[in-house]
Amino acid sequence: MITFENVSFSYGSAEKPVLSNISFYIGRGESVGLIGANGAGKSTVMKLLLGLLKGTGRIVVDGKEVQADTLSYVRKKLGFVLQNSDDQMFMPTVLEDMMFGPLNYGADRKTAEEAADRTLERLGLMYLKNRHNHRLSEGEKRMAAIATVLAMEPEGLLMDEPTASLDPFNRRIVIDTINAQPQTKIITSHDLDMICDTCPRVILLSRGSVEADGPADEILRDRALLERCHLELPIRYQFR
Amino acid sequence: MNKIEQSISELYEIDDLAAGNSMIHRRSALAKLAVTVLYIILVMSFHKYDLPGLVPMVFYPVILFQLSGIPVSLCFKKLRYVLPVVCAVGIVNPFLDRSPVLYLGGVPVTGGMISFLTLLLKGIFCLQASFLLISTTRIEEICAALRKIRVPSMLVTLLLLTYRYVTLMAQEVLVMTQAYSLRAPGQKGIHYSAWGSFLGQLLIRSRDRAQQLYSAMLLRGYRGEFPHAQRAAGGFPDMAYTLVWTAFLLFLRFVDLSTLAGGLLI
Repeated sequence: MITFENVSFSYGSAEKPVLSNISFYIGRGESVGLIGANGAGKSTVMKLLLGLLKGTGRIVVDGKEVQADTLSYVRKKLGFVLQNSDDQMFMPTVLEDMMFGPLNYGADRKTAEEAADRTLERLGLMYLKNRHNHRLSEGEKRMAAIATVLAMEPEGLLMDEPTASLDPFNRRIVIDTINAQPQTKIITSHDLDMICDTCPRVILLSRGSVEADGPADEILRDRALLERCHLELPIRYQFR
Repeated sequence: MNKIEQSISELYEIDDLAAGNSMIHRRSALAKLAVTVLYIILVMSFHKYDLPGLVPMVFYPVILFQLSGIPVSLCFKKLRYVLPVVCAVGIVNPFLDRSPVLYLGGVPVTGGMISFLTLLLKGIFCLQASFLLISTTRIEEICAALRKIRVPSMLVTLLLLTYRYVTLMAQEVLVMTQAYSLRAPGQKGIHYSAWGSFLGQLLIRSRDRAQQLYSAMLLRGYRGEFPHAQRAAGGFPDMAYTLVWTAFLLFLRFVDLSTLAGGLLI
């Protein structure tokens, strides 16, 4: 569903490239953890994929190359959950935020509200429907942010640090929610235990290149590899 | 709670008020906008000495406060920064225009005093009407109504995003002032030597936050136009609301109620 072919990116011609010549393919329905140290290029991969940045090389989403005239198509296919839910939720209430995407893509109000209801019902979040965004707790906000994206019924789900700054209880809820979604998923995170729980496959980025791409179970157990990339073993593997 | 937190909380309070469900809240934004604009035009149309004619215009805010359940005290609390400006505009009138126009119990009342009071009342009425509009109508609905009357999309989006971004900016100011005060104990405010870098940082951080928010909008299909809000469209109750208020306000404006009431008493 998603193809990166020799993609490179730098913020200026004189700057060191953030990504250099990376390639990978992600099939429909796969869940992939995109991991790496700070500055490894994870967020840049996401932004390139969504057309928020323009690099060199070829990025293809569901058969269409990401370029100016296909952005609407690509962004409808891929929902992106930002790390900071406050940036994601800009309408006054959860319902209005959830309807924002479908309305922009041409749905009428009734259809958009039905999509929002369906999503909230599925996530067990109906109680948030008419709540004001600024009155939500951090955990509720994160779940609502995920709901706003799911309401657009995307075929792919991109998530940037979905469990950052959540307590263990809310973290578990988010993990269960992620696992319950059938879409293709790309999740960036430093929470490698969460990656173990949600992604059978991992792409490890280091200094703008793909250092490893394979089963999570292998890569996340490789202490030497992770330490070379300024990461640590997930807690579950540290004491074995 | 410091001043910035209070400002953010007050902004959120307006959002909370606007989400109410009174009969005024349920009316369409377009109807309320039209009545508010008419009211402001009519209030401003009174002559500077026509204080008795202006006073009955108080019925509009009084009735709306009652019907919407918005506390009057809250309105005055929120307008506390603007009211002194209104006062300042006309404060010199009593000194410039000293010709007595009437005597109250032997005390001369000058034209300047009357015009000052008229100006003050006009200001208060207009501010109250605007406050009632935004506290009974969500900003998205007002913007949808503005689009409906063909106000350019650019202006409407600017208004909407300014309203949304001002909270983000205030949050950034809050975080920065807290970080500053934690490292400058005992210091009141921000030292002037830090103002430049403080403002520069604020600008950069606000821009970054705004960029993030804008990206989130783009990724959900935003193409320069906000989807229309639910209550922007009108129906029979909204039409009736507009017509009844229009008739009532025109009646208040063109029938000298003060003289009529005075005639009944004498």
